[in-house]
Amino acid sequence: MSLGPHADFIIASYAVTAFVIAAMIAWVVLDHVSLKRVLGDLEEQGVTRRSRKGGA
Amino acid sequence: MAIIDLANPTRFLRLVDRVLPWLAAATVLAFAFGIVQAMNAPDDYQQGATVKIMFLHVPSAWLGMMGWTLMSAAALGTLVWRHPLADVAGKAAAPLGACFTFICLVTGSLWGRPTWGTYWVWDARLTSMLVLLLLYLGVIALYWTAEDPNRGSRAAAVLTLVGALNLPIIKFSVDWWNTLHQPASILRMGGSAIDKSILIPLLVMTLAFTLLFFTLHLAAMRNEILRRRVRTMQMMQAQTLAEAT
Repeated sequence: MSLGPHADFIIASYAVTAFVIAAMIAWVVLDHVSLKRVLGDLEEQGVTRRSRKGGA
Repeated sequence: MAIIDLANPTRFLRLVDRVLPWLAAATVLAFAFGIVQAMNAPDDYQQGATVKIMFLHVPSAWLGMMGWTLMSAAALGTLVWRHPLADVAGKAAAPLGACFTFICLVTGSLWGRPTWGTYWVWDARLTSMLVLLLLYLGVIALYWTAEDPNRGSRAAAVLTLVGALNLPIIKFSVDWWNTLHQPASILRMGGSAIDKSILIPLLVMTLAFTLLFFTLHLAAMRNEILRRRVRTMQMMQAQTLAEAT
């Protein structure tokens, strides 16, 4: 496979896209881990949502 | 499970936990297949190998617009029906739509330099896509900076519906004005103008990008529901502490 005389532009396009997609995936995954940790900490401290108190 | 049951965030979270691994696996497979197809696609007779940039540019342009369409439906759900998940869906879609619009603009610019001889021109299609990115940033700012989340959500929903006027401008800009950007070549009367050897990889990559969008959107919606739970619990904790002192 030859990318021709404009290989730099093609490689840059794929690199930027891969970086932005990786950043989106990292944001979603790290946000989830962080929120789960905070929720766990709050539950350990005995804080319970009202809907949970009703047994739902 | 009836569709109305999904209005319950707990049931929705259960569904997301079940669906997300399958969706993620389908996304990986579609990307693996799409990238192999894209790399093996022949050069275009005019663009040469830079046609490979189109396999990123076209799907991200589609998702930039689809993201705003989804947010507009969610904005209606927020303002008219006050659906509990509509606001969550809108807020979760905004950063994703902004990222895909950004990819569209950057890859378009990198394609434009060797093909048109310039990175940027202020033509109607390019400018309306840039306006879409700015609208995304405006909505994100409203969602994330409002002191009262409910007021922020309503303001973001109103801006989303106003911004939806930009969608037909983007779509028809190449017909209404004399633009450097080429007219529609996939969805047009008389069928696609693209040869199958390029059209098939393009459609596979579009499917892969779309699956990625929905995978990330469901995951971001799950995060947003958890974030609201954290906020509620922190407020309850603060209230309990205030009452104790």
